[in-house]
Amino acid sequence: MTAPPVPPPAVELRGVEVRYGQIVALRETDLAIARGRVCGLVGMNGAGKTSLLKAVLGLTRPVRGTVLIDGADPALARRAGAIGYVPQAEDVDWDFPLSVRDVVSMGRFTGQGPTRRPSAADRAAVDTALERVGLTDLAGRQIGALSGGQRKRAFVARGIAQSAHVMLLDEPFAGVDRTSQDELTILLRQLAADGATVLVSTHDLASAPALCDEVALVRGTVLRHGSPAEVMRPELLAEAFGVPLAPVTTPADGAPSARPADVTPNAPEEVHP
Amino acid sequence: MTWLLEPLTYDFFVRALAVTTVSAVVCAVLSCWLVLVGWALMGDAVSHAVLPGVVLAYVLGAPFAIGALVLALLAVALIGGLRDTSRLKEDTAIGIVFTTLFALGLVLVSVVPSQTDLTHILFGNLLGVSAADMLQVLVLAALAVTVLIAKRRDLTLFAFDPTHAFAIGISPRRLSALLLGVLAVTTVMALQAVGVILVVALLIIPGATAYLLTDRFSRMLVIAPVVAGVSAVVGIFVSFYLDASPGGVVVVTMGVVFAAVYLFSPRHGVLARRARRARLEGVPA
Repeated sequence: MTAPPVPPPAVELRGVEVRYGQIVALRETDLAIARGRVCGLVGMNGAGKTSLLKAVLGLTRPVRGTVLIDGADPALARRAGAIGYVPQAEDVDWDFPLSVRDVVSMGRFTGQGPTRRPSAADRAAVDTALERVGLTDLAGRQIGALSGGQRKRAFVARGIAQSAHVMLLDEPFAGVDRTSQDELTILLRQLAADGATVLVSTHDLASAPALCDEVALVRGTVLRHGSPAEVMRPELLAEAFGVPLAPVTTPADGAPSARPADVTPNAPEEVHP
Repeated sequence: MTWLLEPLTYDFFVRALAVTTVSAVVCAVLSCWLVLVGWALMGDAVSHAVLPGVVLAYVLGAPFAIGALVLALLAVALIGGLRDTSRLKEDTAIGIVFTTLFALGLVLVSVVPSQTDLTHILFGNLLGVSAADMLQVLVLAALAVTVLIAKRRDLTLFAFDPTHAFAIGISPRRLSALLLGVLAVTTVMALQAVGVILVVALLIIPGATAYLLTDRFSRMLVIAPVVAGVSAVVGIFVSFYLDASPGGVVVVTMGVVFAAVYLFSPRHGVLARRARRARLEGVPA
């Protein structure tokens, strides 16, 4: 492999191995994603999608290999507030007594002093982020009083307020209805158009072609990485999911205009309608 | 009015009132986070585990706060270590560590010749508050409140979403250590007023009460200390006239306030919930 030309990939994994005790979650994992791209991590539950996101975040340390953000140590990117994270729904305490605005404001903590007292600029950035995701009118609501899709957008707004240019989303479409899923897809596409790199894990194949510029099939490692049309072929999906599947039809250019009919893997997991 | 003013002419009463109210208010501020992080049991563990530290500090002539802090951190380290290196669950680890340390404290109190009176540590010693004791309480209270208020946004971030804290370069581990440190300091501060056994009530009930009253964390930080402060004042006066255990009456007062809020809170009380459900089902409430 020769040295990559400038600029370096926004997110890069080289030979990454992640273990939890005796269990190997990821081995020999390579992945490089350029700036401004939306990459879907597709695979079964337990395939290592969350482990991959956590390795990018730096939350789990790989026992082998390197992770680079913008060609540098992820710790630098974290301190600069470059990484935004949208957690899985079950990782959030939805009864927590914070408003939508409070949650979005937490995106501004990196640039603030030790007490995190918000400045006028911080408030303006929060207003802009709320407006961008269409939650201005709901800003005063308690965070759990939002619908599934609105909750996801609130966390995306936190990343926008933070000016994160690497956005990590763990299963954002779980428990979200179709309309909200489309809204979220449009929002993430806009962020990518503005130069953000978006990494989305999903076990819902149907959502991938409309959202993603590229797809990485994950099963203990990155099996295949390319455009949705290249990667989401029946034989490759069968390899990733371990079961034979009905063919997924995607437009050859991967344009987000057409969405294939509901094609969901017959995998042993909760599949939402 | 004389029945309110008369006890205030006694020095010991004024000191007891001041120490209890200050302790209750500071514990209440901390309790807002403990309740939301899910550290109620940890508060219980730390408050009991400081006992040997207090006794050893007495023997070595060091300030109580230092001994308590060391033991609190030791307890937390042991709990974490036991949980991570065995198949035991966290509540089991907590149960083993804090009871053993507490028992060690009992043994030390009984064999070490000292003037520390066990019942004073266990149940507080409000009638014997010296000027030096009061100074220690006020210094620890000021320290704890300053740290909590200055770092309140970070602590709330830690309680709500430690992963986001990590993602933006703020160490959740450090914030967790900070919260534990304040917990240890606060526990020592409240020993004089209510003792080891009842500290945990001050560390949980006000926060839990406030949580049932509001959906705003910033309001919890006002409601909890108000509930605690009022309960402390009422409790101390009632205990004076009933000649009853002051710590006991204060905590019972807090419990009664909590029960009322649990039943009648407009948004999160059981009665309001039931009425709402009845309305949704079209059945007259």
